[in-house]
Amino acid sequence: MAIYVMWLREMKRLVRAKSRFLSSLVMPLMFLAFLGSGFREVNFFGTSYISFLTPGIAGMAVIFSSTFAGLSVLWDREFGFLKEIAVAPVRNVAVVCGRIAGSATTSILQAMAILVLAIPLGFSTKPQGVLLSIPFIVLMAVTFTGMGLFFAAIIKDFHGFGLVMNFVIFPLFFLSGAIFPVSNLPSFLVPLAYFNPLFYGVDGLRGVLTGRGATNPIIDLSALVVFSIVTVFAGAKMFDRL
Amino acid sequence: MHAVIAEDISKSYDGIQALRGVTFRVKKGEVFGLLGPNGAGKTTLTAILTTLLKADSGYAEVAGFSVEEKLKVRERIGVVFQEPALDTKLTARENLEFHAMLYGMPKKEREEKIEKGLELVGLRNWADTLVEKFSGGMKRRLEMARAFIHRPEVLFLDEPTLGLDVQTRRNIWKYIRKLRDEGVTVFMTTHYIEEAEKLCDTVAIMDRGKIVKIGRVEDLKRGLGEDTIYVEFFGKVMEEELNTLRELDGVKEVLASDTTVMILTSNGDRIIPQLFSVLSEGRVKAVRMKTPDLEDVFVRLTGRRIAD
Repeated sequence: MAIYVMWLREMKRLVRAKSRFLSSLVMPLMFLAFLGSGFREVNFFGTSYISFLTPGIAGMAVIFSSTFAGLSVLWDREFGFLKEIAVAPVRNVAVVCGRIAGSATTSILQAMAILVLAIPLGFSTKPQGVLLSIPFIVLMAVTFTGMGLFFAAIIKDFHGFGLVMNFVIFPLFFLSGAIFPVSNLPSFLVPLAYFNPLFYGVDGLRGVLTGRGATNPIIDLSALVVFSIVTVFAGAKMFDRL
Repeated sequence: MHAVIAEDISKSYDGIQALRGVTFRVKKGEVFGLLGPNGAGKTTLTAILTTLLKADSGYAEVAGFSVEEKLKVRERIGVVFQEPALDTKLTARENLEFHAMLYGMPKKEREEKIEKGLELVGLRNWADTLVEKFSGGMKRRLEMARAFIHRPEVLFLDEPTLGLDVQTRRNIWKYIRKLRDEGVTVFMTTHYIEEAEKLCDTVAIMDRGKIVKIGRVEDLKRGLGEDTIYVEFFGKVMEEELNTLRELDGVKEVLASDTTVMILTSNGDRIIPQLFSVLSEGRVKAVRMKTPDLEDVFVRLTGRRIAD
């Protein structure tokens, strides 16, 4: 029940902030359009760059918006609303799950929008692919929202926001294989990718959407499941600190 | 039966002792006030009683459950914090719905109680307006309605009328009285004397982390002398002047703080004229006499005024 209530609140807020949702799509779409056409001669895994890039950009949208959704619990803290939740007879885990559910729903909408808008740019995939991409999007959203909540409890206010974005999120993005395959990284960095949830998410998406990932999508999915469980628990544990 | 029990509660943060050995009991159905200046520890104590903070030592029980059993206590209490805790991006009704759902109220009951709540605090016409458009007074009224929607046994109000205009304050007092009539136990903190006197059945005076005195308002006031005379001096009060005053017939006690002297006496009328004969000319700046209120009780117990 509590999970539903928290989710519902996120949905109401989303519906009221449509412009914010649309603007969150702008940067990923720009990356897609400009990098896609700028690097069009590039060929990774035997497909056009646009086909290679699109799953990566979808992943990018998810990592940024989910982490932000997790960190935005700091707004609730700032505006006092967190106290209302704190004093209610609900378990922390339920509150965390509700937030994550809200963020996962938003991520699905974003990722779908990107996939659709990528079609005129040259991206193509089969409908089954799109359906299969949903579990990957959801697990990525869960993982990064949990991560966002975890960091929110550490940084405690907005000053640390930039730190999290620059020292955690951006590196994860560049080490994920979103814009170029992980094998192209300097060899000492390659192992880091294997600890990066975004790598598994993007690779899994690429696998189900274009059939050409670096690893088997099932492995990607399992890795994501593990990451999500870990980050959700970490996030829930830290929630008390807020 | 006691709605709230506190036994020897202590808490310190960053080396400051916020609460020391606080002990008291609140009867079911009464309006209990915690009166004291800012920094006395009222908010810390409220946080402990509402399960938001853990005490360093001592025992606390609310609505029959130890505060360690957080979920059980939270189901039975309603809280209105000092700062607003509303979701400004939702409407008034949505804020109430969110709360009612979080507290597990079934749909029909929710709708009914929400309508009633909005009506009681006069916000029916703004039910579907976003809270960000509300004034401070309206937000506070909404929070009061919200805290009561799930019919808690104990309502905690932390400085309920802080920063509000007179009209809203009176409305909130009226609402609190209505709640008491419905059998809710109200635990409130305040630093407004008038509020404590007008609303509370029992008052606990708190200063610097300790409960200095508890009692029914009438008893606390009667505990002082009949009259209180405040004498303001030009410049600092001198020791000999204090002694002279103490020797006057009928004076029960004389307390001084810098340039003001407070005289407790059973017959103020007789004492006033004597002030001018026993004190040097030009020393007295102003004289005021009044029947005792809780401010006097506070000064008597702590040697300071609440506002200092």
